[in-house]
Amino acid sequence: MTNIAIETKGLKKAFKATSVLKGVDLEVRRGEIFALLGSNGAGKTTVVNILSTLLKPDSGTASVCGFDTQRQPERVREQISLTGQFAAVDGMLTGHENLMLMAELRSVSNPTQIANRLLNQFGLSDAGNKRADTYSGGMTRRLDIAMSLVGTPAVIFLDEPTTGLDPEGRLEVWKTIQKLAQGGTTILLTTQQLEEAEQLANRIAILHDGRIIASGTLNELKQLFPPAKLEYIEKQVTLEEIFLAIVGNKTAEVAR
Amino acid sequence: MNVLRDTVILFKRSMRHIQHSPDTIITVAIIPIMIMLLLVYVYGGAIKTSTGTDNYVNYMLPGILLMSIASGVAYTAYRIFLDMQKGIIARLHSMPVSRSAVLWGHVMTSLVSNAISLMIIFLVALVMGFRSSAELTAWLAAAGILMLFTLALTWLAVIPGLTAKSIEGASGFSYPLIFLPFISSAFVPTATMPALVRAFAENQPVTAIVNSLRALLGGQAVGSDIWTALAWCIGVTIFAYFFAMRAYKRV
Repeated sequence: MTNIAIETKGLKKAFKATSVLKGVDLEVRRGEIFALLGSNGAGKTTVVNILSTLLKPDSGTASVCGFDTQRQPERVREQISLTGQFAAVDGMLTGHENLMLMAELRSVSNPTQIANRLLNQFGLSDAGNKRADTYSGGMTRRLDIAMSLVGTPAVIFLDEPTTGLDPEGRLEVWKTIQKLAQGGTTILLTTQQLEEAEQLANRIAILHDGRIIASGTLNELKQLFPPAKLEYIEKQVTLEEIFLAIVGNKTAEVAR
Repeated sequence: MNVLRDTVILFKRSMRHIQHSPDTIITVAIIPIMIMLLLVYVYGGAIKTSTGTDNYVNYMLPGILLMSIASGVAYTAYRIFLDMQKGIIARLHSMPVSRSAVLWGHVMTSLVSNAISLMIIFLVALVMGFRSSAELTAWLAAAGILMLFTLALTWLAVIPGLTAKSIEGASGFSYPLIFLPFISSAFVPTATMPALVRAFAENQPVTAIVNSLRALLGGQAVGSDIWTALAWCIGVTIFAYFFAMRAYKRV
């Protein structure tokens, strides 16, 4: 078994005349959190969709756990789980029913037990029997990620997991992702927030204009820049810090 | 990977939607029931004399049932559209789930939920005086035609469900279908219509299907209408299935 969970070589993709990916090379190791950082329209979702067998590249190859996404899409689908940019949760069903649906489709042996365990793990036990369209943004995202964990996939794709969440919801999701990686799951997450990549990822690749322009650990990326100069700057409190300080009690409750 | 198993799981899923909001079945049944009440108790007296029929409920029930199916399949387009928009179809496609089961789950749901709506309408018709002397085989044949008609329109509904850009666009296709029975032999004989309208009415599928159902439920010989009806249902199913699959491949 190789140590490589995800590999792409020379991935190219164009939509009509617009070339989105112009040769993307990636290598994600097993058990790491890998962040694909890029601005809007950089092609992050296209990379994720190719890796999760939803799209075919025009040229180049992509493989997940050693299976080629084009030649063995079914084997790839058994290894992965996709949490797309918009929480793909069935709002008409309860949280419990959503998890049961995933469990049945992945034919896990004890669906009820798994659904209850995940609800508990994601702090959704009390909301488990409420319809998912009554959930807050943060709860929906947590359910969405919980649904991805049914059947313990080896690789999880999180496409902008915190987009559209308030700061509290974002912290909830960050904690969840960190816990996941401790369990040995390989995670490829896309984000346009530098801070998110910095907080979560073992390694980071920067996707810009259809190409990876830099990749490595945060420290390696930092070395690409001129050495830090010592300067004294008065530290301003950010609005986010103020917000989090005020609602701090509430966040602590949620975490519990 | 198992198409049948996945279809059953996804069928149960969308049937649970209906369980959570049974109004989707009620709203499908309610408009046809209103029109049935209107036709029988408001226009019925006048129509009766020109159709020469003694039981007008018997006469117009087949057309009402087809109208219910035409409005019922709009929900299939609506549900598929929502699944597309919410990324649920993308999620299922990234899982080890049969691709065709994703559509068949919706199609099965349509068959069952439309059948329930038809039964509600049928019960109301019984109260309003519908009577039939048909034998079991004729009943089964009538049920079979209704199911085929549902299947044909459901596959037709899959196309806008997959391709529409808005909810209105997804369900709008059904409006002309709902009104087709009015320009057919469903509620009045075609003989009194002006030539052009009559030509359309007599050659559109609803007339052949309505005539077959009316003959079957009335315990009469069906004649060649049933073959025309079957040809329409099967033809539309194949045509719609082909274009639905073509749209599905582009998803």
